[in-house]
Amino acid sequence: MKSHLQWLLATLVVAWVGPAAAALNVFATVPEWGALTEELGGDKVKVYTATNPLQDPHHVEAKPSLIGRARGADLVVATGAELEIGWLPLVTQQAGNPKIQAGKPGYFEAAAFVPMLEKPTRLDRAEGDVHALGNPHIQTDPRNIARVAGPLSAKLSELDPANAAYYQARYKAFADRWAAAIARWEREAAPLKGVAVLVQHKGFPYLLAWLGMKEVAALEPKPSVEPTIAHLSEVLETVQRQPVKMVIRAAYQSDRASQWIAERAKINVVVLPFTVGGDDAAKDLFGLFDDTIQRLLQGAK
Amino acid sequence: MSKFTRISGASALALLLPVLMWGPAQAATDADLAEIREQIRQLKEGYEARIQALEQKLKEAETAKTREAAAPPAPPVAAAPTATSSASGIAAFNPAISAVLQGRYANLSQDPSKFAIGGFAPGGDIGPGRRGFSLSESELAISANVDHLFAGNLIVSLSPENTVSVEEAYGIYTAAPYGLVPKVGRFFSGLGYMNEQHQHAWDFIDAPLAYQAFLGGQYANDGLQVKWVAPTDQFLEFGAEVGKGDNFPGSLRNRNGAGSAVIYAHTGGDIGASHSWRAGLSYLQTRAQDRQYSQLDLAGNNTQVGFNGTSHVAIADFVWKYAPNGNALQTNFKVQGEYFWRRENGDFTYDVDGALRLTNTSTYTSRQGGWYLQGIYQFMPYWRVGARYDRLDPGHVDYGSNVAYLDSPAFHPERGTLMLDYTPSEFSRIRLQWGQSKTQAGVTDNQLFLQYILTMGAHGAHKF
Repeated sequence: MKSHLQWLLATLVVAWVGPAAAALNVFATVPEWGALTEELGGDKVKVYTATNPLQDPHHVEAKPSLIGRARGADLVVATGAELEIGWLPLVTQQAGNPKIQAGKPGYFEAAAFVPMLEKPTRLDRAEGDVHALGNPHIQTDPRNIARVAGPLSAKLSELDPANAAYYQARYKAFADRWAAAIARWEREAAPLKGVAVLVQHKGFPYLLAWLGMKEVAALEPKPSVEPTIAHLSEVLETVQRQPVKMVIRAAYQSDRASQWIAERAKINVVVLPFTVGGDDAAKDLFGLFDDTIQRLLQGAK
Repeated sequence: MSKFTRISGASALALLLPVLMWGPAQAATDADLAEIREQIRQLKEGYEARIQALEQKLKEAETAKTREAAAPPAPPVAAAPTATSSASGIAAFNPAISAVLQGRYANLSQDPSKFAIGGFAPGGDIGPGRRGFSLSESELAISANVDHLFAGNLIVSLSPENTVSVEEAYGIYTAAPYGLVPKVGRFFSGLGYMNEQHQHAWDFIDAPLAYQAFLGGQYANDGLQVKWVAPTDQFLEFGAEVGKGDNFPGSLRNRNGAGSAVIYAHTGGDIGASHSWRAGLSYLQTRAQDRQYSQLDLAGNNTQVGFNGTSHVAIADFVWKYAPNGNALQTNFKVQGEYFWRRENGDFTYDVDGALRLTNTSTYTSRQGGWYLQGIYQFMPYWRVGARYDRLDPGHVDYGSNVAYLDSPAFHPERGTLMLDYTPSEFSRIRLQWGQSKTQAGVTDNQLFLQYILTMGAHGAHKF
């Protein structure tokens, strides 16, 4: 107990006495935006990522640790499109930090800069966990990362004008490398065009649209409703009429449903990192797509 | 829908108007009137049918358009849109609205109207509730940002007895500097762990005995709350509240100034990716004036007693949650516990309304305590089991000269509870709960509950 108190006091003192060397404290809700902010901000930003790649981004709690981190943030980088609706509003409201309230300069939503897919024409909870503004898993298309990078870089410059030139230079370098990488990935992924797949959760429409792949069915009967045997049997029937190469799931999801269908339909299970850190190869944004393409190519064999 | 009823209503009124103006002069017969009514009805129906047909056409055209737009996969958009919101008009500023529907079936082996916690002054909304089928409180919540400075929240509770009460109604000042979060209005106090949570978010159908005995179920206050979040990565929060203090253990007093004060501190964090925790200390001070209830005296008479004085409640709380890699979807585990101390001092009036007609007022001091510990385990998606143990310590009660009539309590009330719940989505939950409650000496209440909780509307965020 005593050592705890000492430790607590030490943290207090450190927090007050030594303002962090980094110019900007950034609170990223998911690993992909944390990684992008690091690419764009270099050593001028200190990034805290609120969730880990093995967490279902739909089910996050407004934990004390998140409130503590949001307190000192200069900028929140979120996906938006209701992905963080279950926890972020509570965290920003409880953090006592006026800078990061929605609508303030310190609040950035990536989805605002991306053309959204799967915007529901019918808003009804009977359809499962649908998002009114469209499917929020925008990070699976690298062109979306490029679309977000520009405005995010501009945001860093806005909040930290002293380092604007630095951010601009980093953005330019990143944008060039990224464009080259997209061209390379598109070349590598050429054999994937038209390949039919199953997905466990409707988490990949942007990836599949980018690569021209075809989603035949989802294992979840409704978005974020756990697969049932009845629904899986239907999917199996569909697959027998409409053959697919593989079933795709994100690293954070349970493997039971995809194994079940893979064994019966004799198809490959492809576990995609989904975000930065989702597996060992996806160390950064480049690694994320290198690995995603490799795994898809493997699955399509 | 409302659009076309308004249109048809207006057209009906336009048709009706000349008829009404003309009517008195002509002295229409009943048959005439009936005929006119019939004509109006036919006209109205005709219009409604035509408007419905038009609406149908419009809808078809719209869906065709969206289908067209969605047809080419991911149209490369050169200029990215800058904002996603396309809502317009008055309705775009509507606040988030949600409603909670609850109901239950209770099988209680003891008569709930005889519920009491032996040795503890009753107050607030306590006890196991009614037997058989009943509606539980329905809740209507409205929340939104008021403007760039305030956020507002209104939660109205509709009781099964058809009464309406304001459960919470507060504004939060969101632009405060230095990590301050001020809140004004009626709110559940930030003391303890469970107190701020709404009943439908609890892991059991009822509040722990300690909450019932010391806070009358849940402590709400009308007043001002200021929280301060320390500028540390480690979550550290301090709160202070002053309020009217008319709720148990206090009572309404006709005076200026604050009737109750609360202070608390919370801290918490993560241990690795899988563990998170929060712990807190809270203290409530309030005053009761003539807080009356009935109690059996030494002779076995049902007497009226009243307390005037100060009530101090201190709470230590903790919660620890485990989810593999922080992913709570498949399995997770949660342990929470709170310990309560209460000291009350003042004077105590003993009043027997029998043949004796005896009244005696004396000094009074009590030191009592209680705690609960509960664990909830989600063993597979949607399914959770839970266990809870409650115990109260009658402690020491000094009745002063009333010791001649009243006995110091020695009985330890306790309760054991098990529950199983099924949560098919974030918006619905069905729960089965069984408990054995021994809140009075020699009385065991076997309690079985079946409960449903349905949430409609805006997606709320849940507190940790």
